[in-house]
Amino acid sequence: MLAEFLQYLFTGITIGATYALIALGFTLIYNASHVINFAQGEFLMIGGMATVSLTAMGVPMVLAVVLAVILAGVLGIALQRLAIAPAKQADVVTLIIITIGASIFIRGIAQVVWGKQYHVMQNFSTNEPIEVFGAVLNSQSLWVLGIGAIMVVGLVLFFTKTLIGKAILATSMNKEAARLVGIRTQMVLMLAFMVSALLGSVAGIVVAPITFTSYDIGIILGLKGFVAAAIGGLGSGVGAVVGGLALGIVEAMAAGYISSDYKDAVAFSMILLVLFFMPRGLFGAKVVERV
Amino acid sequence: MLNRFMQSRLRGLMVLTLILLVLPAFLSNPFHYELATQIAIIAATVVGLNLLVGFAGQISLGHAGFFGLGAYFTGIATGTYGWPSVPALLVGAAVVGIIAWVVGRPILRLKGHYLSMATLAVGFIIAIILNNERAITGGPDGMPVPAFEVFGWELSSFGAYSLFGLEISGVQAWYMFASAVLLVAVWFALNLIESPIGRALRSVHGSEVAASVVGVNTAKYKSLVFVISAIYASLMGGLYAHFQGFITPAVASFEFSILFITMVVLGGMGSTFGVILGAVVLKLLPQVLADFQELETVMFGLILMLTMIFMPKGLLPTLTAVVSKRMRKKAGGEA
Repeated sequence: MLAEFLQYLFTGITIGATYALIALGFTLIYNASHVINFAQGEFLMIGGMATVSLTAMGVPMVLAVVLAVILAGVLGIALQRLAIAPAKQADVVTLIIITIGASIFIRGIAQVVWGKQYHVMQNFSTNEPIEVFGAVLNSQSLWVLGIGAIMVVGLVLFFTKTLIGKAILATSMNKEAARLVGIRTQMVLMLAFMVSALLGSVAGIVVAPITFTSYDIGIILGLKGFVAAAIGGLGSGVGAVVGGLALGIVEAMAAGYISSDYKDAVAFSMILLVLFFMPRGLFGAKVVERV
Repeated sequence: MLNRFMQSRLRGLMVLTLILLVLPAFLSNPFHYELATQIAIIAATVVGLNLLVGFAGQISLGHAGFFGLGAYFTGIATGTYGWPSVPALLVGAAVVGIIAWVVGRPILRLKGHYLSMATLAVGFIIAIILNNERAITGGPDGMPVPAFEVFGWELSSFGAYSLFGLEISGVQAWYMFASAVLLVAVWFALNLIESPIGRALRSVHGSEVAASVVGVNTAKYKSLVFVISAIYASLMGGLYAHFQGFITPAVASFEFSILFITMVVLGGMGSTFGVILGAVVLKLLPQVLADFQELETVMFGLILMLTMIFMPKGLLPTLTAVVSKRMRKKAGGEA
């Protein structure tokens, strides 16, 4: 009974941590530029796939991870520079379609480079599962949680302690004012996309040994991260983390106790409920609309 | 002014009719007819979606859900329960309309990104149900759908018919039928846009607050147009099911929803004939890109991005703007 519950809880927290990282990526870009980046999931895919193929080529794991993260970061910058920045005055719908176009483009390239099959990645450390009160915990889950926690703490420090982080925050609050005090907002937007890509790729790499990876995992993982961000309230960092964990846990519980067929429906029902009753999510800002 | 509107509305319809009449001269095999029929059905769906997105300014990323519901309702009613096609289509449209109304009321209070997420979620939930209720829908493998049938007369892509003494094949008959449907869909949409409802919708698009200040019941009109666009999708989904003869949950998929909304944006939001062009382009693109095989997806994404970056207003409005600018320049030069 307890073992079963714990088992679902572990699964939920692990996958929830991944959702949280993706949601943070969404949040970051949304805050800086009010763009919902539908290509967020592709950063995950790139991270996982690049690491898998680099290690297969004999590159040591740590170096492979670093290279994969750099690759994703470059991709993030390219996305902002080449696709988002040129479409300056575009409205929300157009920007959404641009990022969807970008995600299709990246997925297409991944399909050409890596093929359509699933790729398996080794656990970071041991394959021995850990037993806790009768429940079995994949050692990789600890990696996901540990690295997830480090990323979140790092992000908080980045925003509160570094000048660049503060510049991003300032830009998200008021672009014009930020520019007036000498912040190069274009630079900041680029940085936001880069950091968001780094977050995404790290999430993709740590979770790859658990879920496998293929060229098209970005769609569903990206959407789940998007749901998590919305549950938390778009633009709220705390909301993204809480939303991610909540989504992961509810999903795992529903899969375990109700039906695994309807696992994905849980996520989308949850977002509808949250939006119906809290139109700006759990931690969303109360915005007063001025006419 | 009104006279000019009437004229331009008729002119567009006449041009479209002419194109649909002349097109068979260029369709040389059954596959071409099949493609043209699919385009007509999807274009009619997108014309309906454009009422919501282009005129009322409300995004929907889950419209394939309604298309899929219509397709499956028709498929199940005619296939499993032996209903004739027309009642199946109509009852399906009514059911989908009611669902859209129930879902739309709370959803349409949301704006921008939140609305897009909510509609996306609705579409996803429908697709997941269609995928999982194997006993009713056949699950991921899909289900067969009987031929379109009215009063014992069957319209099948495999059949052969004689029309005014002319022998025509099943796909040709379907093409004519779908063309007629598209014309009716466009005619209805154009009339709706020019009606008081259409004016109310455009005022909602302009500024919802201003619209409500001058006494427009914005919630009512938004729900109304959401329901109308869902009914369009449901009817066309039903026809699509009959035409294809087989449906899978892919008709309700996120990818399909994205395709629909992209057709609207690419063709030109708020331009009825523009979105038809969008449907034509996006449906033909994979055929053109088939030569590139592996690079098909890459090219598709690239074209999508480039058009959106450089023609954010969409193909038709951009093209007409360029043409009229040229003409004005010419006229100015002569004067």
